[in-house]
Amino acid sequence: MFAGYSVNDLASIFVMQSFAGLILFSVFLLMALGLAIVFGQMGVINMAHGEFMILGAYTTYVCSQIFERWLPGLFGLYFFFAVILAFIVAGGIGMLLEWSLIRFLYKRPLDTLLATWGVSLILQQVLRSTFGAREVGVTLPSWMMGSWNLTDTIQIPINGMIVISLTLLITGGVYALLYRSGWGKQVRAVMQNRSMAGAVGIDTEWVDRTTFGLGCGVAGVAGAAFTMIGSTSPTAGQQYIVDTFLVVAFGGTESLGGTIASAFSISQVRSILEFFFNGSMAQVIVLLTVVGILMIRPQGLFALKVRR
Amino acid sequence: MFSLQNRKDILFFSILAVVLLVVLPVGLDAFRLTLVGKYLTYAFVAIGLVACWGDTGILSLGQGIFFGLGGYCMAMFLKLQASTPEATKSQSTPGIPDFMDWNQITALPWFWKPFHSLSFTFLAVLAVPTLLAMVIGIAMFRRRVGGTYFAIITQAIASILTILIIGQQGYTGGVNGITDLRTLNGWDIQSDHAKLVLYYVGAILLLVCMLMVRFVRRSKLGRILRAIRDQEDRVRFSGYNVANFKIFIFAFCAAMAGIGGALFTLEVGFMSPTFVGIVPSIEMVIYCAVGGRNSLFGAVYGTLVVNWARTSFSESLPELWTFAMGGLFIGIVLFLPGGLASLYRTHLDRYVDRFLSALSSKASSPTDEKA
Amino acid sequence: MPDRKNPLNIHYSRRKVLMGMSALPVGALIPHLARADTPATASVNKTGLAVTDDSVTVGILHSITGTMALSETGSVEAEKLAITQINEAGGVLGRKIKYIQEDGASDWPTFAEKARKLLENDKCASVFGCWTSASRKAVLPVFEHYNGLLYYPTFYEGLEQSRNVIYTGQEATQQILAGLDWISKEKNAKTYYLLGSDYIWPRTANKIARKHIENHLKGSRVVGEEYFPLGDSQFNSVINKIKLTKPDVIYAIIVGGSNVAFYKQLKAAGLDLSKHNLMTISVTEDEILGIGGENIAGAYACMKYFQSIATPENQKFVAAFKKMWGENSVIGDVTQAAYLGPWLWKMSVEKAGSFDIDKVIEASPGIEFKDAPEGYVRIAKNHHLWSRTLVGQARTDGQFNVIYQTPDLIEPNPFPVGYQ
Repeated sequence: MFAGYSVNDLASIFVMQSFAGLILFSVFLLMALGLAIVFGQMGVINMAHGEFMILGAYTTYVCSQIFERWLPGLFGLYFFFAVILAFIVAGGIGMLLEWSLIRFLYKRPLDTLLATWGVSLILQQVLRSTFGAREVGVTLPSWMMGSWNLTDTIQIPINGMIVISLTLLITGGVYALLYRSGWGKQVRAVMQNRSMAGAVGIDTEWVDRTTFGLGCGVAGVAGAAFTMIGSTSPTAGQQYIVDTFLVVAFGGTESLGGTIASAFSISQVRSILEFFFNGSMAQVIVLLTVVGILMIRPQGLFALKVRR
Repeated sequence: MFSLQNRKDILFFSILAVVLLVVLPVGLDAFRLTLVGKYLTYAFVAIGLVACWGDTGILSLGQGIFFGLGGYCMAMFLKLQASTPEATKSQSTPGIPDFMDWNQITALPWFWKPFHSLSFTFLAVLAVPTLLAMVIGIAMFRRRVGGTYFAIITQAIASILTILIIGQQGYTGGVNGITDLRTLNGWDIQSDHAKLVLYYVGAILLLVCMLMVRFVRRSKLGRILRAIRDQEDRVRFSGYNVANFKIFIFAFCAAMAGIGGALFTLEVGFMSPTFVGIVPSIEMVIYCAVGGRNSLFGAVYGTLVVNWARTSFSESLPELWTFAMGGLFIGIVLFLPGGLASLYRTHLDRYVDRFLSALSSKASSPTDEKA
Repeated sequence: MPDRKNPLNIHYSRRKVLMGMSALPVGALIPHLARADTPATASVNKTGLAVTDDSVTVGILHSITGTMALSETGSVEAEKLAITQINEAGGVLGRKIKYIQEDGASDWPTFAEKARKLLENDKCASVFGCWTSASRKAVLPVFEHYNGLLYYPTFYEGLEQSRNVIYTGQEATQQILAGLDWISKEKNAKTYYLLGSDYIWPRTANKIARKHIENHLKGSRVVGEEYFPLGDSQFNSVINKIKLTKPDVIYAIIVGGSNVAFYKQLKAAGLDLSKHNLMTISVTEDEILGIGGENIAGAYACMKYFQSIATPENQKFVAAFKKMWGENSVIGDVTQAAYLGPWLWKMSVEKAGSFDIDKVIEASPGIEFKDAPEGYVRIAKNHHLWSRTLVGQARTDGQFNVIYQTPDLIEPNPFPVGYQ
């Protein structure tokens, strides 16, 4: 397979391939983070997670249109506004959803799964009726679409770097919120013992609502980031949902670190396999391996030891 | 003679039988009747889910896997029937299915060969889904995986299978599926007459399967299953091997789905990987939920009602249908977790009870006199 | 068959029978004029189709919900435009076209079910519809069993020829061979990297491309071939492989949403399409809406129609389309092929002098559409169209510059010998 390539070629491919793996890692992590927060905190599987992501993508699209028309001077920077707006929109709708639907279903996790599937159908159709069934093109400022030429053969895509930095930023932010803030302490308290947390005066309902909102908001940010590397259409969110579930399940649900480790291992393995096999086979092998490992270690590969 | 519950079941069963075997065939034109026939194949999955999800609390979001496997087994047989050397003489290798020829496959793969036999095919329709369900069940339930985890993993398996079927198109027909199925041992399954016969076969098989599910639910086994749903640990501490019960019921309901899939192939005339995927799997769960996850009859009526609504909606207002479908998911879960059957239970059940008691006292009084 | 003798007693689904609204004013003037030379219904409809003295009912069968809605919307719009225009011009055999639209919902069994409804219940005189091969394969037995007539607009893999289908898009050899010949000659290309989404059309098309490259283009070879699941959005690994193998031409048949991911990632990885040759047969103006012109500018697309074709016929068509569906709408190859359907049907019916399916089918081969938007087309014996193949180069505004056109019409050859 490597016959006929110079050492230099191989070295640069190695660098670029690792970078491709890192981008995939960011995609998985951004998607899984929101889901993991919600799942870990309340045991709720949000089947509409992909649609919240796409909500973020459409927010970015609307932003790009607005800036293009009314603020062309600031167009180069609109993306940063869009990310923040995507967080607010997706998070806000997420909180609304929690208030109107999810809170009635905390005792019935399987039912939440079905109800949120219904939500996802409705959101998809709302997007289709609003923006049309066709894909929309999110125009990105030209500086974001270029690449950074390290050497003649090593080009690092700038949008990839933005996705990666955004992921680091969001992950850091979520970490700080969960482990370094008063609110995070409340979240963890509710996660460990809901009734006791309520007894010591924590407003568990508010904690649930904000956690759900945070999870959806992060999905929105993921959506904004994905406009740089993927398509924006009403049904695009569904493509990610199974992969994301597996990342969360694989990582175990009790810790942020588990999700990160799981996203990292799955993305690296897949990206390496994709290089040696073709895309379809790589995906099958990875999914099979993950399912296989989950059958052996159902609590997830990186789960903490907790007594059930 | 019979307990009230049994008499009630007999009444409902007769009503359903009359509806399926007399009312619908008389009242509907040929086209609508075939549609109902297609819906009934989904009902096989729904009644399986009643036992698996409603009774035991195992939610599988991968029933499409088993439905699809059953359907593919049937389709392989029918495709071989359609691929006689005469019918395929324009191919570079006559006698193999057309899609294989397009993919430069020159000989029938080994796993296709047994499907020349109809009896093997019938066996495979039952065995393939059952065995896969057992493998999944053994791996998962022995390790006490349940709840949402199980649901996610069944989904993942569904998506693996879909990618595999699509990717191996030389052996499976790929995304198009196995199409253009015309005859079953020389019998034209496309003709109106055949569609009517297949409708009756499907309806009667469904009734038979319902009896089987009912038997399981009413037996001691059924009580243990419900106990597992409500207090799994207590059942385990009482000395039962919980995993084996779960494996059994999961495989049982996979077999039901397989039968449904095979009938689907016969009635519709093709099988495609879209059925193995996630979307149809979840939709089949909602059919069951709408009717009532704890009611066998509810599941069948739920399947019919939802599909009927979908068809008539999508002829007039397709966009609204998607909203209605989503709303249905939410509404049922939120306001009517017991489905349509719970409406019956709260509003109609006592009248039926009263009616049946009155009937039986009338019926029994003459015998009393004789005695 | 029930009801064959009773053509007037046809049950319409009320809400679904719609008229081309803009046709009404003109239509109101025509009846008594048209009646004079309108043949009697009994003579043009001997098989119980939905034909009355002043109307004929046809079906439109595409996905307007679900994942495929994004591709099929354009076809629906084109078919409605054609029907409206035909009605304005007096209809078919003096009868106005009414259409019943059904939603295939991106689900193949639903397509089969709706096809059956359109044929068996609604007695449609013809159906315009389907987009993916899978949906066509699903409805094909239905059309053959009920003896219906389907006009199928998409470029596709070939390997099929049905008495009951007229294929208005190109089959694979028509679309592929001329483009490969062109790029091999013009760009002196020797090495090719084949990419595709993982299903039958890209695989068959790439197979034909590979055979042509290996057997007919001197000294050329394929250096890689790869497939991705539909909807996949991660192409960085294959882009790296492409960089490693440095092919002269990237030959990409990626469909749907994956396209967007592919071209964005290609651009971000520094593969500038104005310097690297990329040829595609799956990206039309419709797809570029999502991809963004700036991400694909420079790529070559090979098909039979581009919106930018500078003939008066096409400009008229584009103007009419935009008038009906909005200034921002774009027209891709499939959309134009869908537009041909109703017109070709009208011509065939008028040549046959009857709506009866058998007569229309018999009349179809040899039908010429001289001022079609794409130029002159003719229906061949095998129910495909003779057509030219064009090579266009994508511009940043989402349109193509037509830079090459085959001198002659290419004969459709759905079962190409030597390419199997």
